[in-house]
Amino acid sequence: MGRLRSLLIPGVDKQLLVKDAVKLLPDPARRRFIAGGASLGALTLLTGCDVSDSFSADQMLTRISKFNDAVQALIFNPHALAPTFPESAITKPFPFNAYYELDDAPEIDSKDWKFAVSGLVDNKKSWTLDELYQLPQVKQVTRHICVEGWSAIGSWTGTPLRDFLKLVGADTSAKYCWFQCADKDGYNSPLDMETALHPQTQMTFKFADQILPRAYGYPMKIRVPTKLGFKNPKYVVSMEVTNEYKGGYWEDQGYNSFSGS
Amino acid sequence: MSSTTVSDQHATSAAKVIQPGWVRIVHWVNAVAILLMITSGWQIYNASPLFDFSFSQRITLGGWLGGALLWHFAAMWLLMVNGLVYLALGLATGRFAKKLLPITPRGVISDATAALTGRLSHDDLTRYNQVQKLLYAGIIVVGIVIVLSGLSIWKPVQLQYLTALFGGYDVARYVHFVCMAAIVAFLVVHVALALLVPKSLRAMIIGR
Repeated sequence: MGRLRSLLIPGVDKQLLVKDAVKLLPDPARRRFIAGGASLGALTLLTGCDVSDSFSADQMLTRISKFNDAVQALIFNPHALAPTFPESAITKPFPFNAYYELDDAPEIDSKDWKFAVSGLVDNKKSWTLDELYQLPQVKQVTRHICVEGWSAIGSWTGTPLRDFLKLVGADTSAKYCWFQCADKDGYNSPLDMETALHPQTQMTFKFADQILPRAYGYPMKIRVPTKLGFKNPKYVVSMEVTNEYKGGYWEDQGYNSFSGS
Repeated sequence: MSSTTVSDQHATSAAKVIQPGWVRIVHWVNAVAILLMITSGWQIYNASPLFDFSFSQRITLGGWLGGALLWHFAAMWLLMVNGLVYLALGLATGRFAKKLLPITPRGVISDATAALTGRLSHDDLTRYNQVQKLLYAGIIVVGIVIVLSGLSIWKPVQLQYLTALFGGYDVARYVHFVCMAAIVAFLVVHVALALLVPKSLRAMIIGR
């Protein structure tokens, strides 16, 4: 709004200015001009934004992004599987990607690490890595797509999150699984329950058949092949099943929250 | 006698309408939408360039990747809804068939030669020459392809058959980029010609 205001010439009444401009137009054109103005007004009504002093482009964009969340949830097909690839298609080397250098990636000692489970679940016990390794695992070779546009194909092995949610007696009618991570400055991300229950959403313990290396999120990553990369948290330390939208590291900075692919 | 004159005047002024109201509205809405899409698209491209160059920050929209994505996924609705209205009305009113067809290779070559040697007439703006027909029909096709390739980049799982049609996610990104480049090239020529023949610009604003 401040930027728009600065376009107006101080000391000039904009209504009088428009009146004068209209006088300069030939008659039929004047009518069209005014009709055009009316339909432009109608357009701003249609977009649902409040054309008042509180209006700002940021607010409008945030609202449209929320609308896009709803649209994506609507077209999300829980039975549509992300395409899978042969092992020969795996990208080598698979890129390390974070908002910090690899040297700053969390170094986690499995002896100290526990996966805490809280919120709307029957069993709130914390899990050691050895206990998690006992759960049945499956492998997937899928495409990781970054919000930046690049993509890479990787091989991930782990336990389907929906099996784990069943095991701990999670209320799967809740809205979100909210993950917290060990990254520096803290990293977190909400995952909508429908995606959490998708058959390919995985608690990942291995990359390319090897124990998940530090670069890719040791000891545990949540692999979500139906979401952009930043919705695939690494170095995960806890999960809360909740109905509350608690935001996320990138989501709070403006990345679309659903970010489904 | 006088009544004949009046009705004659009516007939001429009705015939003089070059661009009907709906065409002008969708044209200018599209102009806004496409500029928002291109400038935010350049900022998104810069996050992971396909080629050995980036777009200057001064000509991009959004400030950073997150801001550009918000603009891109907002303006896409304007572009798509407006584009669908344009396609529906263009087909329903018969405007496409009347204005853009037929296009023959021979006609395109002879009109292109005439244009380059300065012998092409602009007297009747209601009729497009063969080069205009080809470019306007072509840019409609490019517009459809850029939306479909964009959808296949946005939803490579939900719309995976569409993505596969483009040869996969990575190829779809190149298709999306090439369509953008084609639209920018079209815009350069389109705007230059509109300024060279100002009455065509006037027709797109007030109709005649």
